[in-house]
Amino acid sequence: MNTLQKTKLRGTGVNLVLIVLLFAAVLLLSQTLSDNVYRRVLVPIIWQMCIFILLGTSLNLTLGYLGQLTLGHMGFAGIGAYTAALTSLALERAGLFEASEAAPGQLILVILGCCLLGAIFAALLGLLVGIPALRLRGDYLAIVTLGFGLIVENVIANLPFAGGEGLSRGTASSSLYANGLGLSTALQAKYVWLVLLITVLCIAIMCMLINSKYGRAIKAIRDDEIAAAASGVNTTYYKILTFVVSAFFAGLAGGLYATCFSSLTTASFTFTSSSIWNSTFIVVIVVLGGMGSMTGSVLAAVAMYLLNYEIKNGGWVNALPGFIQSLFQFPMLIYALVLLVIIIFRPRGILGTYEFSLDRLLFGKDRPGRKARKGGAGK
Amino acid sequence: MTEFLQQLIIGLRLGSVYALVALGYTMVYGIIRLINFAHGDFIMVGGYTLYFTIPILLHQIGLPAWVGVLAAIVICALVGVAVELVAYRPVRKKGTSMSALITAIAMSLLLENLAQAIPAMGPNPRVISEEIFSTAPISIGGVSTNLASIMTILIAAVVMAALQLFVQKTKLGRAMRAVSENKEASTLVGINVNRTIVTTFAIGSGLAAVAALMYCAQYHTVTTTMGSMLGLKAFVAAVLGGIGLIPGAMLGGIVVGIIEALVTAYISSSLANAVVFLVLIVVLLVKPAGILGKNVGEKV
Amino acid sequence: MSDTRAVVLKTEHLGISFGGLKAVSDFNMEIHEGELMGLIGPNGAGKTTVFNLLTGVYVPTEGAFYLNGEKLNGKKTHQVVAAGIARTFQNIRLFKAMTVLENVKIAFTKDIHYNMLDSLLRTKKYWKTEQELTERAMEYLRIVHLDGKADQLASSLPYGQQRKLEIARALATDMKLLLLDEPAAGMNPTETAELLECINTIRDTFHVAILLIEHDMSLVMRVCERIQVINFGQTIASGYPAEIASNPEVIEAYLGEEEADEDAEN
Repeated sequence: MNTLQKTKLRGTGVNLVLIVLLFAAVLLLSQTLSDNVYRRVLVPIIWQMCIFILLGTSLNLTLGYLGQLTLGHMGFAGIGAYTAALTSLALERAGLFEASEAAPGQLILVILGCCLLGAIFAALLGLLVGIPALRLRGDYLAIVTLGFGLIVENVIANLPFAGGEGLSRGTASSSLYANGLGLSTALQAKYVWLVLLITVLCIAIMCMLINSKYGRAIKAIRDDEIAAAASGVNTTYYKILTFVVSAFFAGLAGGLYATCFSSLTTASFTFTSSSIWNSTFIVVIVVLGGMGSMTGSVLAAVAMYLLNYEIKNGGWVNALPGFIQSLFQFPMLIYALVLLVIIIFRPRGILGTYEFSLDRLLFGKDRPGRKARKGGAGK
Repeated sequence: MTEFLQQLIIGLRLGSVYALVALGYTMVYGIIRLINFAHGDFIMVGGYTLYFTIPILLHQIGLPAWVGVLAAIVICALVGVAVELVAYRPVRKKGTSMSALITAIAMSLLLENLAQAIPAMGPNPRVISEEIFSTAPISIGGVSTNLASIMTILIAAVVMAALQLFVQKTKLGRAMRAVSENKEASTLVGINVNRTIVTTFAIGSGLAAVAALMYCAQYHTVTTTMGSMLGLKAFVAAVLGGIGLIPGAMLGGIVVGIIEALVTAYISSSLANAVVFLVLIVVLLVKPAGILGKNVGEKV
Repeated sequence: MSDTRAVVLKTEHLGISFGGLKAVSDFNMEIHEGELMGLIGPNGAGKTTVFNLLTGVYVPTEGAFYLNGEKLNGKKTHQVVAAGIARTFQNIRLFKAMTVLENVKIAFTKDIHYNMLDSLLRTKKYWKTEQELTERAMEYLRIVHLDGKADQLASSLPYGQQRKLEIARALATDMKLLLLDEPAAGMNPTETAELLECINTIRDTFHVAILLIEHDMSLVMRVCERIQVINFGQTIASGYPAEIASNPEVIEAYLGEEEADEDAEN
């Protein structure tokens, strides 16, 4: 075992402890809170927050680490959501699965299977869009991905089998009312650990990628694409790879979205909408947290979701002057302002590229390179 | 055949509006290399200005409704300049091109949602009385249209020609071209770069107001999101034609308008937007600089 | 002019035109193993264009170039680097938001054989590779005396050290031919002296061929074994420093410049 491995392994251990603590906290809350509060308030919050965390961190791969602005992230989530929902519906129609009656093992399997399928579909589309789109300069990519999101919305709304009656004949409609995966709050409460586990796992995977040759190459492309190529990096390959991985996790998040709501509508997967389910909101999360900081995306997703929840449900809102209350009817106005202020005053986001590490906090700064720095002509 | 010609006229009218909006995108992009996402929302600002001024003009002053466009041009130009001064310029000074682009998106969202939150404007659509812009139907060789359609197409063509002349022949126009070529060199030869950029914003935004008048004449309704899709498709038009080029904006606008009219008539109206974006992707792949553009590599 | 050392780079009638304008034409050059060759010429003569041709940034419109006999026309930049040509840039291009160590490690990317699964599961192969690469990168940093600053951000280095880091990064690609684009530009005399020492060390340690673009004639005269002079994209002279210094065409090409820019010499 080499020194690099030793320090990193200790970090992993510390992170594991952190994760165990997280689960313990949720378990504790489930026991202490009244069933009503836990099941009807906390569980949906956790469930949806996890989806936003996944959407934020996965967008950060392209927006923060690769430095390419994509505006169709929810399009990939939409593909994931509809794929997962339709697959579960198909299983239901075939008499193989019924969410409310399924045995725990079967339900978990179906959830995982459907989400994974959604993720794979999204990744394939990411590949299809990425190959042509990434040949373009940055600002064109923004428009093309925006257009892609729009095409997805348009096409799904026109699919005969995604219409009002799901997999049956049905008229073309943008909404899918019967969603086979849409779990009841009771089931959501029972399986909240699963969504937490999936989220933690996905973040771990993304962090592992970022801290390997892949992440290094991606960040190099962000800093200077020509220099990266001149250092032997196959820039096209790494750009497309990032795009595909980002789409994969967005698709997975979409699958989880389908488990969370009893009906789907394409309006949730557009560039902007009146709710917070839109691509721009995810951009706000990434920019706010820090372009190039996983910690930042996680924290910003939590903060923005809670802010939105408070604006909509908080009791303190009633104490505010009337005109502010009426402004709160249009939360995207607040988020647009947040985005504007952040980008003008802190262009790289609140955390920048900083990553939180409990290990560093507890055991100090003895990473292998740091010693050399102290020995050198440090300032 | 008549049916097809009919659709072409519809497409041409639609395309003229796109072309006018595309000019705003193309001018700003040409000079500061920024997709001004908020440009579409300037149309919305123009639309509401018309909505508020037209009744006053008609009933209190006794002037024709189209005079309202003058007020709209002034307001839009002011908003455009304000956006440049408050948001774009500070970000351009210290940020990357990506942060500038994000600023533009944020500005667009802000304008749209602000309009929604202002009780006199949003969130419900506002209707401008239909009679104001209703004109006599005209029939040319079996193809029926009306005066408003023909006026729309003509005004767009005249504005475009005037703008081309302005950019080619006047001192200010030459300054604009110089700044878009090279900012440092322009400063050296005594051009006030910032003032030139502000002027560009004012002109581009003013054109959005003209487009707003055309939009109102056709749909008689203003909404807070009327500019977002219109703006996007106009940007697509600008890219299709070759961004930074005035004739490109005209060509692109008309191409997009005709595609949209034909898809709506012969395939499905709900797929029109998807087809427009698909065409954009294909054109960018075949000729990234657009139909009239020249390919230029990055300087190493 | 016979040289018994193996030919590393050979170009044959290499040229490129942009929209009818010939930026470089009929460019012929041979560089041998361990040789330090200079490419000089007035501003805008097409020196950097030659580099861009040799590194796949531009695709030549005429002629061909070979590295150890392998034809590299039309290859993408990263493929040219893999074949063994590395370069630095006139206006320094570092990965500014990354550490000095990471800047060098980037150059190993093409040779890293662990796959995505290895990096996800953090297999033994992953750890071994990363550890080895860190050590190798530190060796390259030692050559340019930057090993003490491995964990600093590249953007925090002073100018002269940024240039050296760029050289270390190029070295780490394990190249056979190193292209240096005005490495001494903007350096003070002390920094320049250090740089020259550094270049000599590299040539002696790695036995690579080096092609150097430089504006400063006196510097080129001091260090290069052979020199090729271009002006308006055409080769106007090539040979040993002494020959070049007395070549009337070269003197004329440079005189025009010096009259325009008198401060350059004094």
